[in-house]
Amino acid sequence: FPGLADVSISQDIPVEGEITVPVGSHSPDEDYSTLDEPVKDTIMRDLKAVGKKFVHVMYPRKSSALLRDWDLWGPLVLCVSLALMLQGGSADSKDDGGPQFAEVFVIIWFGAVVITVNSKLLGGTISFFQSLCVLGYCVLPLTVAMLVCRLVLLAGAGTVSFIIRLIVVGAMFGWSTLASTAFLADSQPPNRKALVVYPIFLFYFVISWMILTFTPQ
Amino acid sequence: ITCLVMYLFAEFDDAANLLAANPDATTISIEEPVEIPKNQHSRLQEPGREEDDELLGTDDSDKTELLAGQKKSAPFWTFEYYQTFFDVDTYQVLDRIKGSVFPVPGKNFVRLYIRSNPDLYGPFWICATLVFTIAVSGNLSNFIIHLGKPTYHYVPEFRKVSIAATTIYAYAWLVPLALWGFLMWRNSKVMNIVSYSFLEIVCVYGYSLFIYIPTAILWIIPQKVVRWVLAVFSLCLSGSVLVMTFWPAVRDDNRRIAVATVATILLFHALLAVGCLAYFFDAPELDFPAPIIPAHNGTTVVTKSH
Repeated sequence: FPGLADVSISQDIPVEGEITVPVGSHSPDEDYSTLDEPVKDTIMRDLKAVGKKFVHVMYPRKSSALLRDWDLWGPLVLCVSLALMLQGGSADSKDDGGPQFAEVFVIIWFGAVVITVNSKLLGGTISFFQSLCVLGYCVLPLTVAMLVCRLVLLAGAGTVSFIIRLIVVGAMFGWSTLASTAFLADSQPPNRKALVVYPIFLFYFVISWMILTFTPQ
Repeated sequence: ITCLVMYLFAEFDDAANLLAANPDATTISIEEPVEIPKNQHSRLQEPGREEDDELLGTDDSDKTELLAGQKKSAPFWTFEYYQTFFDVDTYQVLDRIKGSVFPVPGKNFVRLYIRSNPDLYGPFWICATLVFTIAVSGNLSNFIIHLGKPTYHYVPEFRKVSIAATTIYAYAWLVPLALWGFLMWRNSKVMNIVSYSFLEIVCVYGYSLFIYIPTAILWIIPQKVVRWVLAVFSLCLSGSVLVMTFWPAVRDDNRRIAVATVATILLFHALLAVGCLAYFFDAPELDFPAPIIPAHNGTTVVTKSH
């Protein structure tokens, strides 16, 4: 190159070093392998991740797995199953009955989004989808409570069944709130923790109310 | 006299700009930081200041107005702009709630508690809580009232939640908007000393609704007298907060307009309370679930106990 003949490099500064790109830990062959692997492996990998998060919710510890590898499959499954189980409530007219499927869906997702935006506006350091993931996964105890309630209602709808349902729903509501607070509270500024925890309490209270007031045909 | 002029100017939101523009004011402002601590000390030593100054909040509002002018400087399409509306700590929110429930006569809620830091956290979540409290309490109260009747079948009445949400959020946002527009229009005609920004009005209305939350819970009690006493009591408390906030803003106006404005504020507040009570809570036509006594000829007689 003729132009480079004019470039002069000072003799004082040694120009030396290594121009190599560190090779990644995985070889290029591995990138193809997820395409070639059996479909069962692909599905099982995601299912195992979701299942591991369910376990983390039922036994809340300070683990970062729920926060780090967020996914929204679990919340979607829980939300849909909860909304489906809340169907079939009795009503003389549509206006007086329990929540429709769309109403439950909107309450859960819109409520989770509002709480996430609220915590971010108050100065929280958690990311948007991580917070959605935690709030969605912590609906699991309430879904279990809904299942128990429907089973109890199969047996009868008297006062005893109401008391059992009240205790179960109350316990699961406490569990949900404590689990989500355990995951989310650390990412908040210390003098605003109560401001962030209260909407979570309200959110799970509303879901618990919908579960408790479910009356079948 | 220059100090009085400075205090008057400080009530406008662009006080900082005015001071920067006016070279004379700059020289005066250098003296201000020395004067402000003295005034604060004197305020502490003489709690019996006349009502005007307390309601105007002229004690340390200069400094906070100057600071407020610099605070909300992020453009409105960034996230940081909206974060400035949530710049409150837990104790501040609790203080504001306490101030709305125990109104101190002669103290202006906005000047005393908000102090140029209006937040949207309080109004939004108080309204959300109120929506669900009214819906849940109404449902519970209807259940208790109709409990003894054999034909009664419990329904969750979930549709009422959306109606409650629409009503309360509309009240908490549209009425302050109308009031703010009205005050701005009057300000252009009559130079008022006190003027509030839209967010401060939303803040006052939001926090003044807090008293209705325990009231709604207590409305579960199926007694007409109890419910009306509670309604009047909470209306007095929250109404007084509103009156003490907005009276200084319209006081300098035409007497009849000022009274009409305050009366309208109270009327809308009362309409909200009465409307919620009438729509969400069934009338207790019987004080208690009446025992049914079978009469001789087979008809059932239901006793009314008053």
